[in-house]
Amino acid sequence: MKNPLESLWGTVICGLALTAVLYMVVKTAMGG
Amino acid sequence: MEFITNGLGRWIHVMAGVMWIGLLYYFNFVQMAALKNAAADGTAAGINKHVTPRALLFFRWAAVVTWLAGAMILGPRFLEVFTFATKAYYPIGVGAWLGTIMIFNVWVLIWPNQQKILGLKPATDDEKNKARRVAMLASRTNTMLSIPMLFFMVASGGMFRTAFF
Repeated sequence: MKNPLESLWGTVICGLALTAVLYMVVKTAMGG
Repeated sequence: MEFITNGLGRWIHVMAGVMWIGLLYYFNFVQMAALKNAAADGTAAGINKHVTPRALLFFRWAAVVTWLAGAMILGPRFLEVFTFATKAYYPIGVGAWLGTIMIFNVWVLIWPNQQKILGLKPATDDEKNKARRVAMLASRTNTMLSIPMLFFMVASGGMFRTAFF
């Protein structure tokens, strides 16, 4: 599989996905 | 003291942060593609001689000023934030850690490899090619991390606001 960071838009999509994951983690850790 | 940390500190943090992330986006959204095209018609040397070193100068020092001003805003809560000691500090803690990983990438991966690419440090062609790859991936990693980093910086004073930062 191609590294998504090879492409600019792959990088942006990874950043958005990481934001969603971290948001859920922080929200859950803070008690919903 | 409150004026210095929360007033002046925040102002400097945002101004330097705009310069740091602005130049990061310039490198990733503009220069990388432009250099590829410029290499094709033989005009890349001008960019690498006159633009890149100057952009890198402001880029790496803006990163330092941003981080230090951020630490100034955290003040006595610095350790609590970085160790996630209090639930209310989780959002700013995530933002602060992402920013810290990013400044590490700037000074440990991007700048030393750019020095080889630009000929500021002696390097063979093979070393230059390797340096190009590492610097590119580190820069792309920072672009990716900047998205959640900015979200948590903003959300700490917005949707996640449970503590004053």
